[in-house]
Amino acid sequence: MKETTPREDLVRGIWKENPVLIQLLGLCPSLAVTNTVENAIAMAAATFFVLVGSSTLVSSLKSLIPNEVRISAYILIIATFVTMADFFLNAVAPDIHKALGAFIPLIVVNCIILGRQEAFAAKHGVGRSILDAVGTGIGFTIAMLLMGTMREVLGSGSFLGHPLFGPHYQGWLVFVLPPGGFFAIGFYLLFFSWWRKRGEQPGIRQWPHGVAAQKRRIA
Amino acid sequence: MSEERKLPTVEPRLQGEPEAAQEPSVPAWRLWSTLAIAGALAGFAIVFVYQWANPKIVAHQAMVIHSAAQEVLKQPDHMQTLYVEGDHLSPQAPAGVDTLQADRVFLGYDGNDRPIGFAVLGEEPGFQDIIQLIFGYDPRTKQVLGMSVLDSKETPGLGDRITSDSAFIKGFAGALGPIKGVKEGSGTGDKHEVDMITGATISSTAVIRIINDRIEAVGPMLEAYMSQQAASGGPEPAQAGRQSGALTSSRAGLRLLRSGSKGSKGGDR
Repeated sequence: MKETTPREDLVRGIWKENPVLIQLLGLCPSLAVTNTVENAIAMAAATFFVLVGSSTLVSSLKSLIPNEVRISAYILIIATFVTMADFFLNAVAPDIHKALGAFIPLIVVNCIILGRQEAFAAKHGVGRSILDAVGTGIGFTIAMLLMGTMREVLGSGSFLGHPLFGPHYQGWLVFVLPPGGFFAIGFYLLFFSWWRKRGEQPGIRQWPHGVAAQKRRIA
Repeated sequence: MSEERKLPTVEPRLQGEPEAAQEPSVPAWRLWSTLAIAGALAGFAIVFVYQWANPKIVAHQAMVIHSAAQEVLKQPDHMQTLYVEGDHLSPQAPAGVDTLQADRVFLGYDGNDRPIGFAVLGEEPGFQDIIQLIFGYDPRTKQVLGMSVLDSKETPGLGDRITSDSAFIKGFAGALGPIKGVKEGSGTGDKHEVDMITGATISSTAVIRIINDRIEAVGPMLEAYMSQQAASGGPEPAQAGRQSGALTSSRAGLRLLRSGSKGSKGGDR
């Protein structure tokens, strides 16, 4: 495996390997609970907590966990953090907890989290694993925010509950309903795919890393 | 920072090649003990968080029901919790039954200790899932005093209007039981009629059905209790505990959301 720097560990998940927009992981919550920005933020925060907590624990305990039972142990660790997040949300923000419904317990089976444990935290130290988890968590949050913003603005004509278009705006109901999630993710995937392709063309610097432009200069 | 750790890899085996005898690299007791210890630690962590969170969760549920009962009874001075015990109401929970599991209603009083009506909880399937609601009911006049949906997972933008459509919700105040749902604007002025929501017919019908079923189930008990109170000149001192704040006690609300009539499961569309 190619050695990476701590900075690369952090930023990789935010953009270049964004779990939702590039790797197409964690699509279930991304489609299901992003009908409002508030729900999207709550789900992203819960996932972020579970991801960072699990990565910290898995990377700390990796030498104590035999390889044969590592997946079971990871699931146990992830499920513990998810249950804690579930209780915490129910106690602190019961309305949001109710809106997210079954999707909080389902964070256990979110492949982003187990994927990062197996692919990174189980092989690297605590500091690097936390950086990787934070980067991936931020990337997931960005994707959830993008989805939530499009669906709430178009579907309800509001942002975080604040009306944007006045009392006569007739919401685009399909964006609040589940099909709207597919429309939104389809739009974003198309857009980011076009963006990446555009970055590979000569003379166009790819944002934010400028990797493509740098490679061309070296070549 | 630790270095990369090597995970075991599985070598592909050709067809017919004998399976190599594989010795487990780690003794079985260590695998068992690892998972057992991890499970025990996870259990401790969850219990710790549960003990912190549970009082807050229950208090919030109690607060939700308390404020909904206040709303449907038009802000009573105080309320009394009564338990359904067989075919009558009792101020004490049935013996051996957890107060949180018991079916119950709330009797609201005005400032002069005169009963206003009962707040009755109910739940039955709607279009997508169980609808939980509370409604105020005066058994003397058979009048519904108000209705509030506590929980529903009806279709956003359509069925979920049962929680937000003010014309629909206000339609229940003053309606006579049993209620009959009519198409919006096609009512005859009958006091039993309530306008349903266009585009949310099944959810509206479910709300009406829940109220009618509960009136049918507990209505005679409420009426008998009210008559008994009128004959005895008011609530017994032991029973008339002012409970305007009682519902906010930490254990009060846990089961309340589920204590209602249980209808048949499954969608009806």
